[in-house]
Amino acid sequence: MPPLVEMKNVYKIYHMGDTAIHALDGISMTIEKGEFVAIVGQSGSGKSTCMNIIGCLDVATKGVYKLNGRAISNYTQDELADVRNKMLGFIFQQYNLLPKLTVLENVELPLLYAGVKDAERKKRALASLDRVGLKAKAGNYPSQLSGGQQQRVSIARALAGDPSVILADEPTGALDSRTGREVMIFLQRLNAEGNTIILITHDNSIAAQAKRIIRITDGRIVYDGPAEGDVTVMKQHGAGEEAPDDAKAKGAT
Amino acid sequence: MSMWKCFKMAVASIVSNKMRSILTMLGIIIGITAVIALVSLMSGMTGEVTKAFEEVGIESIMVNITDRASTKELPVKDVQELAEKHADVIAGWSPTVSMPAYIKNGNDSISSQATGVNEYYLGLKDLEIAYGRELTYIDIERRQKVCVVGTYIAQEVFGGDALGKTLQITGTPYEVVGIIEEQDDSTESSNDNCVYVPYTLAAHTTRTSKVNSYVIYAANQEVVEEAKALIEALCEKTIGDDDYYTITAMKSIADSLTDILDKMQMMLIAIAAISLVVAGIGIMNIMLVSVTERTREIGIRKSLGAKQKDILSQFVIEAGMLSCIGGVIGIIIGSLLAIGAGKLLGMTVLPTPESVVVSFTVSAMIGVFFGFMPARKAAALNPIDALRYD
Repeated sequence: MPPLVEMKNVYKIYHMGDTAIHALDGISMTIEKGEFVAIVGQSGSGKSTCMNIIGCLDVATKGVYKLNGRAISNYTQDELADVRNKMLGFIFQQYNLLPKLTVLENVELPLLYAGVKDAERKKRALASLDRVGLKAKAGNYPSQLSGGQQQRVSIARALAGDPSVILADEPTGALDSRTGREVMIFLQRLNAEGNTIILITHDNSIAAQAKRIIRITDGRIVYDGPAEGDVTVMKQHGAGEEAPDDAKAKGAT
Repeated sequence: MSMWKCFKMAVASIVSNKMRSILTMLGIIIGITAVIALVSLMSGMTGEVTKAFEEVGIESIMVNITDRASTKELPVKDVQELAEKHADVIAGWSPTVSMPAYIKNGNDSISSQATGVNEYYLGLKDLEIAYGRELTYIDIERRQKVCVVGTYIAQEVFGGDALGKTLQITGTPYEVVGIIEEQDDSTESSNDNCVYVPYTLAAHTTRTSKVNSYVIYAANQEVVEEAKALIEALCEKTIGDDDYYTITAMKSIADSLTDILDKMQMMLIAIAAISLVVAGIGIMNIMLVSVTERTREIGIRKSLGAKQKDILSQFVIEAGMLSCIGGVIGIIIGSLLAIGAGKLLGMTVLPTPESVVVSFTVSAMIGVFFGFMPARKAAALNPIDALRYD
């Protein structure tokens, strides 16, 4: 069985006038089914570009990217949309729920674009809402929910299509630390149930809750291994401003 | 994604922006209202004109001798000969000697118009006799003082039972031998206010004692020109100078009138169409704003797997829907306006089914046409940029 996510020497090069910007500068990684990986890096490190490529929102300039064994390159916008629809579930920092649709309708959206019939669609969306414990709020509008609840709705939406990979882009960024923790616990539970989760964050304390950390700096992977082993790498590359709370506390005293 | 879902989404979006939607529709509403109202009124008017001509007889040709010196004449027997010789072209003829009439029965006097005609006249005009008989050849030849009257005269002068009674036309007593079936509503201004007498008698009452006008019926509409040419030839032969007579074919008047009305209608539609183009540009403008406003929504939808055609159809359907609703409102208002104006003018004005169908189709097409460009812009948005858009 091929790995779920496989990147070989992936480059993403943007051209700004005469200068070429290497957002990704030869990245290789494999992620197996059932993993919980955090891709960590400061802003401008290339982690967002990396997420865009894994999430099939963008294609690599050079190199091979395979999702579920399918090489994603030279795909048209519509083909990418189809891959996103069938294989990927997105969780965004700003939840990105449509304010004019009800919670249920929001969760139904990926199924709608997948062409799932009305009754089946509703059933699956409700089941998905049930998993995040918000079945009772199905008829509400996003604005009537708290931030944490909205994020859970967006998780339900990501789960609705039964994707191979769940991509969470700074899922706790807009939440206070307590609800943020709840969301993280929820993601860990989903992982325990067998879902593959890729978390993109700049926050080391959040990343530390994943099983595996891939650290990106200047478009290159500087660390790839278990979360516990990352601390040294962190010190070497001086991700100072993003240092974990306990390290900060030590420095202060 | 199913069409039905697209429509529901479009409706939801239109409803959630009520004020803007109404303002956007306003252009279409005004344009379609104008088209429907104008077309209905014009076709009502054309209908009125056609009806008026049909009453007179679209195949009829009027000949008037206008010689004041009264030396010129178009003899009755010449017309008769012409009609007999060209029976395939001329269906019938009659002198029409009109004289003002003050009709008296006892002390009551009403003003009317008596017309001297021959025995064919009533048949040519499709006038049915309700009671009694028509004028006959004998009546004409013997100058019998008999008359056929319309229902207005019968009722006003005799209170209905006129048959066999005598009435005085400008001092001369005439026996009523027939009553014509009611044509309109038996009022003074209607066609029911009429009296027909033998032309031989009527001609005598005129100053010249000659028949100075005829009505001639062509066999059908196609030979009207041919019949007119025959009469022209006859007049030229017997009268000569064409200053002394006029020949008027109803069909050519009707044709030129309906032609003018048609041209006016086209012009009015063209003017109204300009407002529809302006309305379309308004829709395009609003849709462009809407696409910009909803960039983030488009990004979210795309990240969840919406294809270009999904986004395209979402916006095209929304624009089409917007202008269709505007079109329907315009059709309703336009129809009401047309019917109201028709009532005011005393005409039967109804929006034609074609104008309704065409208006609806045109408004749908405007929406789709002008909505396409903004929709394509939306569909082509890059999901990454769209997601980042605030």
